[in-house]
Amino acid sequence: MASKTINIIVKIWRQNGPLAKGAFEEHALKDISTDSSFLEMIDVLNEWLTRKGQEPIAFDHDCREGICGMCGAVVNGTAHGPDKETTLCQLHMRRFKNGDTIIIEPFRSQGFPVVKDLIVDRSALDRIIQAGGYVSVNTGSPQDGNSILIPQHVAEQAMDAAACIGCGACAAACPNGTPMLFLGAKVSQFALLPQGHAEAKKRAIAMVLQMDKDGFGNCGNERECENVCPKGISIRNIARLNREFLKASFSIDY
Amino acid sequence: MQLDSKIPEGPLAEKWDKCRFSNKLVNPANKRKYEVIIVGTGLAGASAAATLGELGYNVKSFCIQDSPRRAHSIAAQGGINAAKNYQNDGDSIFRLFYDTVKGGDFRAREANVYRLAQVANNIIDQCVAQGVPFAREYGGTLANRSFGGAQVSRTFYARGQTGQQLLLGAYTAMMRQVAAGKVKMYTRREMMDLVVVDGVTKGIICRNLITGEIEKYSAHAVVLATGGYGNVYYLSTNAMASNVTAAWRAYKRGAGFANPCFVQIHPTCIPVHGDFQSKLTLMSESLRNDGRVWVPKNPGDNRKAADIPLEDRDYYLERKYPSFGNLVPRDVASRNAKDACDQGKGVGETKLGVYLDFSDAIKRDGLDVIMRKYGNLFHMYQKITDSDPTKEPMMIYPAIHYTMGGLWVDYNLMTTIPGLYATGECNFSDHGANRLGASALMQGLADGYFVLPYTIGNYLATVPPVATNTNDPAFETVANEVKEQTNKLLKNTKSGKAGQTVDHYHRELGKVMWDNCGMARNKEGLTLAINKIPEIRAEFWENVTVPGSGQELNQSLERAGRVADFLEFGELLARDALAREESCGGHFREESQTEENEAKRDDANFSHAAVWEYKGQGTTPVMHKEPLTFEYVTPSQRSYK
Repeated sequence: MASKTINIIVKIWRQNGPLAKGAFEEHALKDISTDSSFLEMIDVLNEWLTRKGQEPIAFDHDCREGICGMCGAVVNGTAHGPDKETTLCQLHMRRFKNGDTIIIEPFRSQGFPVVKDLIVDRSALDRIIQAGGYVSVNTGSPQDGNSILIPQHVAEQAMDAAACIGCGACAAACPNGTPMLFLGAKVSQFALLPQGHAEAKKRAIAMVLQMDKDGFGNCGNERECENVCPKGISIRNIARLNREFLKASFSIDY
Repeated sequence: MQLDSKIPEGPLAEKWDKCRFSNKLVNPANKRKYEVIIVGTGLAGASAAATLGELGYNVKSFCIQDSPRRAHSIAAQGGINAAKNYQNDGDSIFRLFYDTVKGGDFRAREANVYRLAQVANNIIDQCVAQGVPFAREYGGTLANRSFGGAQVSRTFYARGQTGQQLLLGAYTAMMRQVAAGKVKMYTRREMMDLVVVDGVTKGIICRNLITGEIEKYSAHAVVLATGGYGNVYYLSTNAMASNVTAAWRAYKRGAGFANPCFVQIHPTCIPVHGDFQSKLTLMSESLRNDGRVWVPKNPGDNRKAADIPLEDRDYYLERKYPSFGNLVPRDVASRNAKDACDQGKGVGETKLGVYLDFSDAIKRDGLDVIMRKYGNLFHMYQKITDSDPTKEPMMIYPAIHYTMGGLWVDYNLMTTIPGLYATGECNFSDHGANRLGASALMQGLADGYFVLPYTIGNYLATVPPVATNTNDPAFETVANEVKEQTNKLLKNTKSGKAGQTVDHYHRELGKVMWDNCGMARNKEGLTLAINKIPEIRAEFWENVTVPGSGQELNQSLERAGRVADFLEFGELLARDALAREESCGGHFREESQTEENEAKRDDANFSHAAVWEYKGQGTTPVMHKEPLTFEYVTPSQRSYK
């Protein structure tokens, strides 16, 4: 953990609202500790802007440990930045060199209007879950947990899919702007587990329809989503979604 | 202030049944006429919103993030306890109850803790039914692991992301109710104040964080599920936006605040690296199942870990506590890490760290097995520190993690203001002076799925089922007070006065809190804090710079409001710590320790919950006591030796 400091230039997106015109703003930053996280670097920039009486950069963030899914931006052209399987808050400045120029933009997709600066509106993801991303079971007295046996490898596969943090990087990276990796992960979790079977058909169709309604595109197998996903969710989950969707389209009986 | 805990009469095991039977019920056809506001969408809030929606109530749910799924419960790693006894290792409801009361150092209500242990098994079943992918054995049955403070294996988990999976279970259940029209979701709203009319809860005032608009919402009851106040220390494992504002505003409107000095300092966090550090990251306690804690035997030993031979290492937890070893409760593990560092045996650049070593476990079980258990935690550790825990030992140090204190609630989870409830970490009820690992998730979901939905009906049944509105002048008055505060925070920017940033004051407050109300406290330090905090507060209001305006998305303004409340709350925490002249659980008063430097309780004088009543700005708050009596567990000096 030998710390050192670097000087960098950031070009960062400023935009006052969904309809306002945005532009890059350039700032030179000195003595940034390589042990600090990427968001702590933006904190330093914001402290400096505030002291100068300027408005700091608006950006979403909360847990800063890579699990809440609140943070995210496109760094030098890549959603969540250059490190594999890493959220923006877990990206550290030791990844950059002295003198680097870093370009920071919001996640862009038809379904994610910019709210301000790096903040985008991802409420479409909640609407997709509302369409069917759940098991319809009321709180009450369900059967004993061990009465549903789930082989370990199935539970592990379901967990691989369930690890999605809903950050929306998949849609930001996709040429078609689709969050199908997000959607595929949720459909897969329930398609793999017996608890999800009763509603499998309805779920796949309803969630895809909602995605269309929110103006997102469709998967073209570019695999950009898988490349940027901070939780390493595999594109196989989109394949499973497609199978579930097709199966349901031919046989839905509600 | 009247403190009636409303604990039902009768034997411990029958109290909850009795309560449920004697509670008034709301007719199913009338449920749709009642509105309930729930602030916060973590485990306690989301589970309550989903369940009340399913029951037929109209729920208005509020969160400060862009989606309810972001709440900080999501970051809980290790697991959730339940007394299923699947391992056949002698677990039972009574043992879970006993461990929790003992772990809390005999400062929690027996009746509440017993109920928690009773409903814990239902939580596991409920979550499995929702499709939560808990870890499984090869045969398909649920897997368990061990956690601190218990000698049975009762913790259910989903890799190192148990909080995430349980929260997503509650979140999806709530989304189902949103789709059904029973829950109305208000995201990016921050509760700024509570509206109380004639002593009864009527609604809340929120700031719309996108537009800046001050909004009024009414309901028949309000539930605060707004989490803990750990960020009063600035650096903690809490999320950046976690704050005390909702609970603090309720306190200032008449809700009692109990045991604010009971703060949990988690032993296994990644050490601080520098001045611009914004938060601390927890490494799950589950790591102590396989990791061995040690420091060099000799102070000032600067050799690399691998170069220090066995005879020069001190595995101090195993040495001092042979029966619990590395799995002693959190408060004990934290204090011992501090002691080791105070003796100059700390490791790392700052010497404020101890080793957590997996080399023996890897030798014993193989790298594969260890990676399957802890892979994501190792990954996270490496991201942050640039060091690989499979090759060199982790370095860890204690950090503020959880707050056992909170709004005082009765057995029904109602605060001292009729119609105002507090659930999850926001209340004080179940963990006493120290929380055991994997019990926070248990309590949040117990409150939201299985306790509040029954007890809130008992109150609503006494309220006429007529539509609520925000016409009462009290709503306008409180909204105006909120607007006034906003203007006050923005005044320096408007006048062009150059001042300090919000974070500057937050850091200053945090330093006073950590130095004087941290792992070890004494009269002198606490008195200093009580004097120092008002000075920082006055300077904050005089000089803080908050750019931008109140009519837009303004993150500096959001933080300023939260820090303003922390600056008041911190003083109450210090006052409570000063008044409690004993050591118990996470509260360690240097004046009260055994010969072996363990916490020494004073049951004769302090077997009570300290409940603070607000008496107005600038007036010293008044402390009331709720006596704690123990009929089923005899308080003893906790021993993990």
